[in-house]
Amino acid sequence: MTDPRVAGAGVTAFGSYPERTGRDLFAEAGLEALDQSGVPAADVEALYYGNFMGELAEHQGHQGPLMAEMVGVDAPATRYEAACASAGAAIRSAVQAIRSGEADVVMVGGAERMTNIGTAGATDALSIAADDLYEIRAGMTFPGAYALMARSYFEEYGGSREDLAHVAVKNHEHAMVNDHAQLQKEISVADALEAPMVAEPLGLYDACPITDGAAAAIVTSEAYAAEHDLDAPVRISGTGQGGDNLALQDRAHYAQTPAADKAAREAYDDAGIGADAVDVAEVHDCFTIAEVLALESLALFERGEAITAARDGTTTRHGELPVNLSGGLKAKGHPVGATGVAQLATIAWVLDGSHPRADAVPDATVGVAHNAGGTVASTTVHVLEVGE
Amino acid sequence: MTDRARDGAFDDWLDALATGDPYYLDCENGHGWLPPRRVCPDCGSRELSRETLPDAGTIATHTTVHVATPQFEDDAPYVTAIADFGPVSITGLVRGVEPDAVEIGTTVGIEIGERETTGERAVVFRRRYSSH
Ligand SMILES: [Zn+2]
Repeated sequence: MTDPRVAGAGVTAFGSYPERTGRDLFAEAGLEALDQSGVPAADVEALYYGNFMGELAEHQGHQGPLMAEMVGVDAPATRYEAACASAGAAIRSAVQAIRSGEADVVMVGGAERMTNIGTAGATDALSIAADDLYEIRAGMTFPGAYALMARSYFEEYGGSREDLAHVAVKNHEHAMVNDHAQLQKEISVADALEAPMVAEPLGLYDACPITDGAAAAIVTSEAYAAEHDLDAPVRISGTGQGGDNLALQDRAHYAQTPAADKAAREAYDDAGIGADAVDVAEVHDCFTIAEVLALESLALFERGEAITAARDGTTTRHGELPVNLSGGLKAKGHPVGATGVAQLATIAWVLDGSHPRADAVPDATVGVAHNAGGTVASTTVHVLEVGE
Repeated sequence: MTDRARDGAFDDWLDALATGDPYYLDCENGHGWLPPRRVCPDCGSRELSRETLPDAGTIATHTTVHVATPQFEDDAPYVTAIADFGPVSITGLVRGVEPDAVEIGTTVGIEIGERETTGERAVVFRRRYSSH
């Protein structure tokens, strides 16, 4: 096996920290990742860094070298932008660099500062992941786009706002032991159903919060991990990425996410596994409906069947296939450019037993991380495995 | 917005909508798109012809937006929908219908309107009560 190893990861507290600059957030996560891995900064050969709205939130472009400097790394550093899948795209490049033999040690990560520009400012900034001419100018917001998908899903497959409320309830409950989570608060189905509408049929509790935060991981070759006797049992065994038309209106389906289907197929093939091998998943639940769409694209559920998965308990921590043990984007928070690496860190920690919810899947050996950008015009899927 | 440059073929398309001559781009294999396009992303055809947009469309999905961006602050709550016009689908604001009365399958016409917040042009759908 020559799969890249996850040698260490660091995630900041996710939440509302309007006065924390992106560079300060990333420095904390990156240094924690270095410390946890035991890898010296001098050995890092490249930084792959995800960020989406740096220009709008902080008037800061060209963040790659800035962030390398902040973590004491003197190496080529490049920013990846694929909307909410920015960090997932960064991971994919990191995996490719290690596999090709170009590098033995890389840092992958991401950061986003969002709350400093307020709810209206962040709503505006997030909306630009959509087609400016044909969607934004027709009033499309980020929640609005997912609301269009949710309505279409209900029409095509059935389901209700109550089914979606169970996704929110589950993810809030999962986050109760995650001290890095933005929302550590149990909610009820009634709370979710009674919350104010954001974009019908989605309400406030169907949506992830606006979040400041950063995440980073050190990824090494197997040879480097062995030579340096690193404690790095988790490997990235599969990577996949899919794309789609940017605008929802140009797609054949509004209730399916083909880019994620493609990414999942590629990642499973790459890892040499089938969907039935997956023990645990972190999926991109920027909205409750997004978790449903993700689980179906990952082939973990048939089309039209993931809508009841939280309600019937299958995807809760007590269920057969726990999903978003971290609390997901919904409760953990969604600092856009950091999310993909935060998911990677969660799966690595669940598989090595160090995550506070790892007890939900004590025998898990295979986890997947699904990171989606915009209305899923970009998706990455990574398969992580522990053991032989 | 007087000193903002026009967005080429997109603004030309809005102009056509305003004069009542809406069109779409059709590839040789029948895939429909909105301008600007030089190639069909589905089949690779570069033979795109300008065709008259069907007179009426059907709402495929819709949402009532309550939390708007600053550019739509005074418009909220408003309805955004995707409507299918034969080979092409278009996103627009649904006007002249109570938000609760908008349904999937509703027949609409297309015209040009303005955003209440900024006065900028926007694609507007209006319900059609009978077939033309
Ligand atoms: Zn074509």
